[in-house]
Amino acid sequence: MNVLAPPKAVFEGIGASVRRKEDFRFLSGRGQYTDDINRPGQLHASILRSPHAHARIRAIDTAAARAMPGVAAVYTSADMAAVGGIPCGWQIHNKDGSPTAEPKHPVLAEGKVRHVGDPVAVVVADTKQRARDAAEAIEVDYETLPVAATMQQAQAQGAPAIHDGVPSNLCYDWHIGDRAVVEAAFAQAAHRVVLETTNNRLIPNAMEPRAAIGDFDPSSGEHTLWTTSQNPHVIRLLMGAFVLNIPESRLRVVAPDVGGGFGSKIYHYAEEAIVTWAAHRLARLVMWTADPTESFMSDAHGRDHISRAELALDAEGRFLALRVNTQANMGAYLSTFAPCVPTYLYATLLAGVYATPAIYAEVKAVFTNTVPVDAYRGAGRPEATYLLERLVDVAAKQCGFDKIALRRKNFIPVDAFPYQTRVALQYDSGNYFATLDQALETAGHAGFEARRAEAKARGQLRGIGVSTYLEACGIAPSAVVGSLGARAGLYEVGTIRVHPTGSVTVLTGSHSHGQGHETTFAQLVADKLGVAIANVDIVHGDTAKVPFGMGTYGSRSLAVGGSAMDKAMDKIIAKGRKIAAHLMEAAVEDIEFERGVFRVAGTDRQKQLAEISLAAYVPHNYPHDELEPGLEETAFYDPKNFTYPGGCHIAEVEIEPETGKVSLVNFVAVDDVGRVINPMIVEGQVQGGVAQGVGQALLEQCVYDGEGQLLSASMMDYTMPRADDLAPVSVATHTTLCTHNPLGVKGCGEVGAIGSPPAVMNAIVDALRDFGATHIEMPATAPKIWSIIHGTR
Amino acid sequence: MPHVTLSVNGTSHSVEVEGRTLLVDLLRENLRLTGTHVGCDTSQCGACVVHINGESAKACTVLAVMCQGVEVTTIEGLAHADGTLHPMQEAFREYHALQCGFCTPGMVMSAVDLVAKHPGGMTEQQIREGLEGNLCRCTGYHNIVKAIAAAAEVMQGRRQTLAAAAE
Repeated sequence: MNVLAPPKAVFEGIGASVRRKEDFRFLSGRGQYTDDINRPGQLHASILRSPHAHARIRAIDTAAARAMPGVAAVYTSADMAAVGGIPCGWQIHNKDGSPTAEPKHPVLAEGKVRHVGDPVAVVVADTKQRARDAAEAIEVDYETLPVAATMQQAQAQGAPAIHDGVPSNLCYDWHIGDRAVVEAAFAQAAHRVVLETTNNRLIPNAMEPRAAIGDFDPSSGEHTLWTTSQNPHVIRLLMGAFVLNIPESRLRVVAPDVGGGFGSKIYHYAEEAIVTWAAHRLARLVMWTADPTESFMSDAHGRDHISRAELALDAEGRFLALRVNTQANMGAYLSTFAPCVPTYLYATLLAGVYATPAIYAEVKAVFTNTVPVDAYRGAGRPEATYLLERLVDVAAKQCGFDKIALRRKNFIPVDAFPYQTRVALQYDSGNYFATLDQALETAGHAGFEARRAEAKARGQLRGIGVSTYLEACGIAPSAVVGSLGARAGLYEVGTIRVHPTGSVTVLTGSHSHGQGHETTFAQLVADKLGVAIANVDIVHGDTAKVPFGMGTYGSRSLAVGGSAMDKAMDKIIAKGRKIAAHLMEAAVEDIEFERGVFRVAGTDRQKQLAEISLAAYVPHNYPHDELEPGLEETAFYDPKNFTYPGGCHIAEVEIEPETGKVSLVNFVAVDDVGRVINPMIVEGQVQGGVAQGVGQALLEQCVYDGEGQLLSASMMDYTMPRADDLAPVSVATHTTLCTHNPLGVKGCGEVGAIGSPPAVMNAIVDALRDFGATHIEMPATAPKIWSIIHGTR
Repeated sequence: MPHVTLSVNGTSHSVEVEGRTLLVDLLRENLRLTGTHVGCDTSQCGACVVHINGESAKACTVLAVMCQGVEVTTIEGLAHADGTLHPMQEAFREYHALQCGFCTPGMVMSAVDLVAKHPGGMTEQQIREGLEGNLCRCTGYHNIVKAIAAAAEVMQGRRQTLAAAAE
């Protein structure tokens, strides 16, 4: 690996690897994360959480706590009777058309606790330590109940009812596709392949623990919430409208620097409502920061599917039909997006890159006495990709086809776009052959058998695994998701404010928590309006400054947020042309604009953008009959479709038979993310995503015991990928433009975590081909692998 | 209440603390130096790494009262007085070795000490193993390793500048 060759930034627009503006503050310790906020007179909140997975609350005695030094207040649900429950943002409908169960999700437990970590009471005191000490003095009289820690336990005969009125703890029973067509295809098929598999439950573990600070100004009546959120406007809407009944005009939500999200910081959490509500009650600023172990038992977890998939093939290996049955764990309560993750973000991806003519999927969502489960990097698409790519490898092995040839045979042809799948989605563009070929070449696939033999001579087992995939992101067309049960629109908003002297402020509803928007969004402005990046400021994360926004997740900030900015820039240019026409006494039709210069066509008469903006704000010579002064435009962009990035990931592993340890020796990712704005950022996103995917495949597992006790409740117990667990990842892109957004971008934030787990698992199964294992569940820990190797001797 | 006097980034501080106060809490809350972060509670993540008497240490695992008379350097004290970045900070920016920035202060402080302890340079594997005590969820570590290797070249005088280190 050549460690000493950084990418070179040549110019500042689209396609340049511009180094990040935001790095200066992060590198010198001047980032402002929520817990960094430190105000005189602030109070601290400590939350008492349930130590039981399922129990009735008989009584809560807070007297001792209230008497302790420094304690301002102790609250339970009894104090919060006027507060609404935490809403769910998506309603799925059952097979029979009935809406899904939506049991109440109280801010503080009401009469019952349903998972270890369920918040029961809150102490507000003058220091964090005093608040914690007082929380420990609260006495809760619990009556423990039987626990449904797994989906199997939750659906068993006589299982404890986690919520009243939700029989068998079944949240919903949903399906998509054409069952009859699929059954007919199976009846005729030459080959039928079955795979049963689990997608392991993960804990997102962004490095920054969640935090929330509530404040209330009695003179203005304004409430303020600082929160570690990926989407402050969404929190304002959910919390203001549904939980605390505060109008948007008096509720400001600020998401400052946020230390990673990966989905876990999308949701409206109880703690946000608690500090906002308490601050109002006490007319004081109230701070809460999760102890990291607290995060493990209160941040939404990810994945946790159990599936049975069947593939029907004809004698030549063409896919005839796919049938999938999945159970998805919701946890104890519905988190904000949870119902859509195993349905509209998963089952609709079951065509993958293949032209499968018949697909039918059923999904049952089940409540359990565990932390709520919701979207985590990839959100449904890693689950779909893993299922498909393992199934294809299993089918190849079982039916005697070459794994690569079988994929090629079934790829959606290059000339078939736009391609309508059997599971609702219509793909706009893609070339799966190109990404496969490029990845095979880069990974040296053709020479692998020689490497396998060489490893064998050293006593090591080497394997190679391929994953060809796509995903759906750039979330989302509002009308489409609305018809599918979404309770929000999923457009984005961008305001371009050109200042009198020509610098630009962009107000974006997207949020940057690692993605580098302060730099990449400025590149869009540099490229289109010709303003130097140093003179472009990207403002995000504050509802008082940014008109509206739906936030960053689902790889949407460039595709949707960037497109909104692009449309706002078009409006700026349109207005600028009229001003320029007036100033240069020409017809508007004759004014051309390119990168900051307005020119009268066919002449050398021109005006710079800064001259136009000055004229707009000092309108002495100005077409007042046609135009208002000023140069600021806002655009809302509602996407016409999802975007469909994808590609090919290839993993090469070596297994040490004596220990079962799996080492990743090479990883190649070739992804089509549409137009690339900043190659360095794209590479960073893919490397980070692959690290999480490799983590899922080799290391990570959220572990509960039979009583619903969370055993993997710290970074000592939950295996996070470390630098020496990973190998260099080769990242390349192949571009087919998105056909339906103005930038032609598809999004790259999640592809790394989506394509990689099956590549790694396919490689491990390949490495162990002499030991008879047809499938191995993630994570592929050493004991598991060792048992396979030695169990068959 | 116990009292501790220590030097932080060249300035002496005398602070009243509780016996249970961690160094990281003293830095963040008493001294308002919030560049050092808390990311876990089991000494795993390294977001809290500072230098104590020139060597890296996890400030979450050191009691403030143990720091009587020591010299602590935090991320805020790494750059030169005139604001010029330390080569490690420059290298992290050049190689895109940070995304959300939360692990970055601890990662940079660990890296500076790692380089200091290997005056002859390190292999990629040595760098990776040396980073076992620092978790990053965003970057996948690849660019962090590259940045550290490049910074080492400059810090140890084998190259004059980062640009030269890339040749």
